[in-house]
Amino acid sequence: MLAERWRIASAVSHGGMAEISRPVWVLLLLGLLLAAVIALFMTYDLKGSLSFALELRGRKVGAMLLVGFAVAYSSVLFHTITNNRILTPSLMGFDALYVLIQTGAAFLFGILAFLAIDVRLRFCIEVGIMLAFAAILYRLLFGRENRDLFMLVLAGIIVGTVFTSLTALIMRVLDPSEFLTLQDLLFANFSTINKDLLLVSAGAVVVVFLFTRPLLGQLDAVAIGREHAINLGVDHQGLVRRCLIAIAVLVSVSTALVGPVAFLGLLVSNMAYQLTGTFRHRYTPAAAGLIAAIALIGGQFLLQEVFASEVRLSVIISFIGGVYLILLLLREAGR
Amino acid sequence: MSAHRDSRPGTGSYREAVFFGLALASLTVVSAWSLFIGVSDIGISDVLHAESSKMLLFVESRVPRLAAILLSGSAMGVVGLIMQSLVRNRFVAPTTAGTVDAASLGLVIASVWFAGASIFLKMSLAVVFALGGTALFMVLVQRLRYADIIVVPLIGIMLGGVIQAAATFLALRYDLLQSLSAWTNGDFSGILRGRYELLYAVGGLTVIAYLFANRFTLVGMGRDVAVNLGVNYHRILYGGLALAASVTAVVVVVVGGIPFLGLVVPNLVTMTMGDNLRRVLPVTAISGAFFVLVCDIVSRTIRFPYEIPVGTVVGVVGGVIFLMLVLRSRSNAG
Repeated sequence: MLAERWRIASAVSHGGMAEISRPVWVLLLLGLLLAAVIALFMTYDLKGSLSFALELRGRKVGAMLLVGFAVAYSSVLFHTITNNRILTPSLMGFDALYVLIQTGAAFLFGILAFLAIDVRLRFCIEVGIMLAFAAILYRLLFGRENRDLFMLVLAGIIVGTVFTSLTALIMRVLDPSEFLTLQDLLFANFSTINKDLLLVSAGAVVVVFLFTRPLLGQLDAVAIGREHAINLGVDHQGLVRRCLIAIAVLVSVSTALVGPVAFLGLLVSNMAYQLTGTFRHRYTPAAAGLIAAIALIGGQFLLQEVFASEVRLSVIISFIGGVYLILLLLREAGR
Repeated sequence: MSAHRDSRPGTGSYREAVFFGLALASLTVVSAWSLFIGVSDIGISDVLHAESSKMLLFVESRVPRLAAILLSGSAMGVVGLIMQSLVRNRFVAPTTAGTVDAASLGLVIASVWFAGASIFLKMSLAVVFALGGTALFMVLVQRLRYADIIVVPLIGIMLGGVIQAAATFLALRYDLLQSLSAWTNGDFSGILRGRYELLYAVGGLTVIAYLFANRFTLVGMGRDVAVNLGVNYHRILYGGLALAASVTAVVVVVVGGIPFLGLVVPNLVTMTMGDNLRRVLPVTAISGAFFVLVCDIVSRTIRFPYEIPVGTVVGVVGGVIFLMLVLRSRSNAG
């Protein structure tokens, strides 16, 4: 496996000074690009009340930054603990699961009771349920030896489809008026960002980041493989568990803010590996997060202002992502 | 391919006859029952006494609905069976080969650029796109050096996703999202007399498939075997796939996509009866019709008096069964 060799080689050779500069350069360039895109997004064609427009756009930018980082970071973590470059939380149906949990809760307790719960408490409960499911799914799919990557991808896609169908089923069973309320809640988009939710999400992402920051060095060892990591003295099981917690929170954040964005994580994480030329977690999550934010903010800007189109960004992302995944599969299985 | 079961005559054929009889009997009973489910309360006596208003409803709505269910359910089951045999992969079906999504893309394009065209023209375009989508799938799959049982449907699902994204893009631009979701998610509630008769063509194609069943079986044994036994390999392979794509497109036009049906039903049947298409095909047809019928009854009664699209119910039930089949395939192969 070429990727495997490359991974080991880059993990080993990064002691030298010469190669360190590349990921740093990439990060710097991406940061500049992101700043430029944000500036463009904030100032383009400003009309009317300046403070109002800036606040509205600022909220959108904040949401897209959060979502971009959450999607990118969760994908990179998931790639590392599952030891491949294809599986992402969204391919495994995690975001579909989040939507299902919200719909199911609204169905069981009634939409009004559901909305009456404080946004922070609700979020914590939802993340808790996500976590339980994530643990079961992980145990079910990765618990056995001799696992087959393609089977996991296929199983994940089917699980996601079943979750989506189940959500649709529950929505149909709901009262039409309750259905409308729920639809507004679930299919939030970048133009209607709830301020409270944005703050809660930002807090959650910061906590996750601080919580996982000290683990990044150990994750480099995990990326080489489970046996190697254990040999190097990493508490593999504990690390995987903590990463799963982080992933559950991050997926909940991004899905709560804008709904499922399939394939975004797959695209940006792989682009990050390609651009930085490394698998070190000092660089890849940051690079992937920057790429995701650039893609979201820049894409939203192009769609809104340049093409003045009703088309949703997620449609374009799933088109590009689908083509990319097909190419990836053909390459991986064609060897 | 799934395991070849004992195909000797004798014990096998006796068991099959019983199986076939039971399946047919239960299909008949449930079919009759389904005719009397609905918002308007129609009893058997009403039909026997030919009470005019209720009789009208019965003939205009209930009977066409049952016919549409039986025709599309059996056809989609058979189509899945044929595709699995021809592509030599038991997870290939119209939903996992991009066929359904390509057909609905064709319908979106027909509605955008040929809005005033007849239903036949729209259907033709759907058929053409379904053929194209399936052909594209075959091209992609043939690029694989080793046609893995899991990778092949995975590529088909992704291809379907890409085509669906393109269709959604167009639908959003031209305000057709609602129509698109009707085509991708099958629903029998709109079936009335005069709006389902195209499905009889599907029934005809299913019969043709039965006549060619032996040749499909041979092609499913691989190119060398098929050619050795005097079968025109490419003609049967592509002819069979074209038949499957056409049937799928017509069902998408009239009813909408029924996810996983062509995948789950043939797999469950061949698991018990083996891979000889001629023997398996009739049971698959009956089982497909039965599966859709039961799901439709669930979708009609779960939120009475409202209805849930049958595609949603099948999506849940079929998805769970598909998942179990996929997870099982590893322990079998291992």
